[in-house]
Amino acid sequence: MTEDLQFDKDGRLHHFLSIEGLKRENIIEILDTAESFISVGEREIKKVPLLRGKTVVNLFFESSTRTRTTFEIAAKRLSADVINLNPSVSSTKKGETVLDTIDNLEAMHTDLFVVRHSNSGAAHLIANHLPPHVRLINAGDGRHSHPTQAMLDAFTIRSYKKDFTGLKVAIVGDILHSRVARSLIHALNILGVPEVRVVAPMTLLPTAVELLGVHPYHNMYEGLEDVDVVVMLRLQRERMEGALIPSEQEYFRVYGLTEEKLSVAKDDVIVMHPGPMNRGLEIDSAVADGPHAVILPQVTNGIAVRMAIMALIMGGNVQRERKGKE
Amino acid sequence: MSLRITNGRIIDPANDLDQKADLFIDDEGFIVGIGKAPKNFAAELTIDASDLIVCPGLVDLQARVREPGLEYKATIESETLAAVSAGITTLVTPPDTTPVIDTPAMAQMIQQRAWRFGLAFIHPLGAMTRDLEGKQLSDMESLDEAGCVGVTNALNPIKDTLVLRRAMEYAASFDITVFLRAQDPWLNGGGCVHEGEVGTRLGLPGIPEAAETVAVARDLALIEQTGVRAHFCQLSTARAVAMIAEAQERGLPVTADVTAHHLHLSEHDIGYFNSQCHVIPPLRSERDRDGLRKALKDGVISVVCSDHQPHESDAKLAPFIESEPGVSGLETLLPLTLRLVDDGLIDLTQAIAALTSEPADIIGVDTGNLAIGSTADICIFDPEARWKLDTSNMISRGHNSPFGGWEFKGKVTHTLVGGVLVYEAED
Repeated sequence: MTEDLQFDKDGRLHHFLSIEGLKRENIIEILDTAESFISVGEREIKKVPLLRGKTVVNLFFESSTRTRTTFEIAAKRLSADVINLNPSVSSTKKGETVLDTIDNLEAMHTDLFVVRHSNSGAAHLIANHLPPHVRLINAGDGRHSHPTQAMLDAFTIRSYKKDFTGLKVAIVGDILHSRVARSLIHALNILGVPEVRVVAPMTLLPTAVELLGVHPYHNMYEGLEDVDVVVMLRLQRERMEGALIPSEQEYFRVYGLTEEKLSVAKDDVIVMHPGPMNRGLEIDSAVADGPHAVILPQVTNGIAVRMAIMALIMGGNVQRERKGKE
Repeated sequence: MSLRITNGRIIDPANDLDQKADLFIDDEGFIVGIGKAPKNFAAELTIDASDLIVCPGLVDLQARVREPGLEYKATIESETLAAVSAGITTLVTPPDTTPVIDTPAMAQMIQQRAWRFGLAFIHPLGAMTRDLEGKQLSDMESLDEAGCVGVTNALNPIKDTLVLRRAMEYAASFDITVFLRAQDPWLNGGGCVHEGEVGTRLGLPGIPEAAETVAVARDLALIEQTGVRAHFCQLSTARAVAMIAEAQERGLPVTADVTAHHLHLSEHDIGYFNSQCHVIPPLRSERDRDGLRKALKDGVISVVCSDHQPHESDAKLAPFIESEPGVSGLETLLPLTLRLVDDGLIDLTQAIAALTSEPADIIGVDTGNLAIGSTADICIFDPEARWKLDTSNMISRGHNSPFGGWEFKGKVTHTLVGGVLVYEAED
C-alpha cells in the first residue's frame, strides 16, 4: 500500500485521498474547475449533466451534517443519483467490517464512494480494495486527511488574496486531532505559501510538527502578528478530559479569537473556520459575524469545489468538455 | 535412528567451535561425536551437509502459537511445523493465552501438546500475576516446577509498583527469571505507532519513546532493590537500550532481546498505512533502529527473537489502528539475522549465538549447543541459497509479514529435534 493510489498510470487523478502527493498543477486544476462551477449554483436551474446516470454513495462511518450535505448537493448538481448511508449506526455495529460494507455497495454498481471514517487510513484501505472502475473521495479519515476541505479553504483564500506566494497563514487550535490542519498545511506548502504557522499549546500540537513545514507558536499575539489568513479549528469539548487543556474559560482567554487578538494581524486579514463553530470557546461572536469572517462563503465554495473534484475524477478533463458544448 | 551429518561446517558458539567436520548422533537422539565417530558407530542415515552450515537448533524467545484460545489464527501444530521449517527447535511462548498460563496444568498441557506433535519444543512463560491482572501473585514456584522457564505479565504492564516489587522479590526467592515488556500504560495511551514524524504525518496516535524509558527506569530501580534476574523483551528505543547497558555495567543481572523486524524496519516503512508494519512496540525512528543494531553488536542485547504473532488475513484488513498488531516472524528469523552478517554488523558466530546459545542461557534449558552428550536439536542451512519471500507460501498459518518480496540469503535445509529429522527442504 505504499504506491500512490491517487493517480492512474497516465498520471491523472483516480481517487482523491490526501493532499500529500499532489502536484501544484493538480490543485490549480481543481481550483480553476471549481471556479467554473460557481456560476452553476447561481443559476435558476442548478444542474449540469456531467454525472448523469452515475451512482454516488455518501458513506459516512462517522456522522457529519455539513460535509455530507455539501457532497450531496454537489453530486445532485452534477445530475448523479445519490445515496446517503451512515453505517456507524447500522451494519458495523453488527460486526460487518468496513470492507464488507464496501463489497456490498460495490455489488450494487456504485460508481463513486464518498467516505468518511473516524480512523486514519480508512480511505487508503478502501481505495486499495476497490476494483479499478470505482472511484473514491476521502471526506475525512481520522486525524489524517480531509482533502476536499483543504481545497475549499485554498479556493476561498485564492478568491480573497489572489496570490499564494506572499502570504502568512496561521492555523489556530487543536492541530493534534485535526485532519483539516494536516491537509491544509500540505496544500499551502504545495501552493507556495512562504509562512504557515500553527498556534496552540504543546498539548494540542503533534510531536515534530515542524517537519510538516510549519512554524509553531504558543502565544496568540505572536502567532497572529502580521498574518493575512487565520484558520480557526473547532475544539472538541471532550479534550478537557484527556488533560489536554484545563478549562473552556482558560482556553478562550488564551486562544479564543477576539477582535483584540485579531488586531495584530494585517488590516485585510480573513478569518476562516471549517465549522461547526463553538462560539465563545475558540471564536468570539464579534469575530465570527464580523467583517473579516469568510466562514459562510467557505460553505458555498465547498459545493463548487466538491463538484469539481467529483467531475475531475469521474470524467477526466471537464473544462475541455464543457467548452466544447458551450 | 543413528545419524551422521557429513562434511558440514559446524558452528557451535557455546563451545567456540567453527570447523568442517562430521557430526554423529546416536539412536537415542544424543550427540555422540564430532570429527571422528565413536567406536562401533554405524549410521542408519547420512545427511550430506557439503557447503552447508550445521548449527544448534534455533531458540525463539518470544513466539505466540495462539493455542489455546485463538485457534482460528494458528495452532501448536501449525506453528511448530512452521518453526522447524525455519530451523527453530525451541519456542518460548508467553502466557497471554485464553485461559492464561497461570496454573501448572495449563503450563503442562501446552508442553505436552507440542510434545505430541513431535516437532519443536515449547517452553511456556508463566503469568507473573493471576490472570495477568497485576493484582495477585501467581503460583510462581509451582509454575516453575511445571516447566515454565520464567514469569512475565506479557503485554499487560503491572501498574501497581508495589505488586511489581513483590512479584520480583517472590521470583528472586526461587531463582526465577522475570521477563519484562517495558511499556508505561499511561504514556502508551491509545497509541499504535511511534510518536514521531510518521505518526504526525499520518495522523495516527503515537506511543512516545518515554513510554519505554519510563518503564525501564522503574523496572531497573526495582531489579536493583530486589536482586531478581530480569530479561527485557523486545526493546524498541535507543535510549532504553542505553539504560540497559548502563545497568549491565553496574553489574545488574539484566539481559535483553530485540525482534528481527525492529533491526530492519523503521516507522518510515509504514508508508501509507501498511498494516503489516503495525507492531507493538512500534517501529521507531531510524536513529532507534541503528541504536538497537549497535546494542546487538556490543552485546547489550544478546538475543534476536521473532515476536511471532500469526494472524488470519482479516486481522490486517482494517484501518491501521483497528488492525491487529504483530508479525508472523518464525520464517524470517534466521534470514533476517543472517542479513545482519551480510550488512557487516556482526559475524556469523555472533548471529548464530543470538539465536541459539544466548536465548538458551536465558531460559536455562540445555539446548542451543552441540556439546557431546547433549540432545541433538540441530539446524542445517545453506548460507548461499537465495530466495524471495512470497507470503502466500508461508508455512505458518499467519501470512502477515511486512517482508513479502524481500530477497534473502540463507535457507534451512534440515532440522533435527531430539535427533529426529523433522524437516527436510524439498528441491
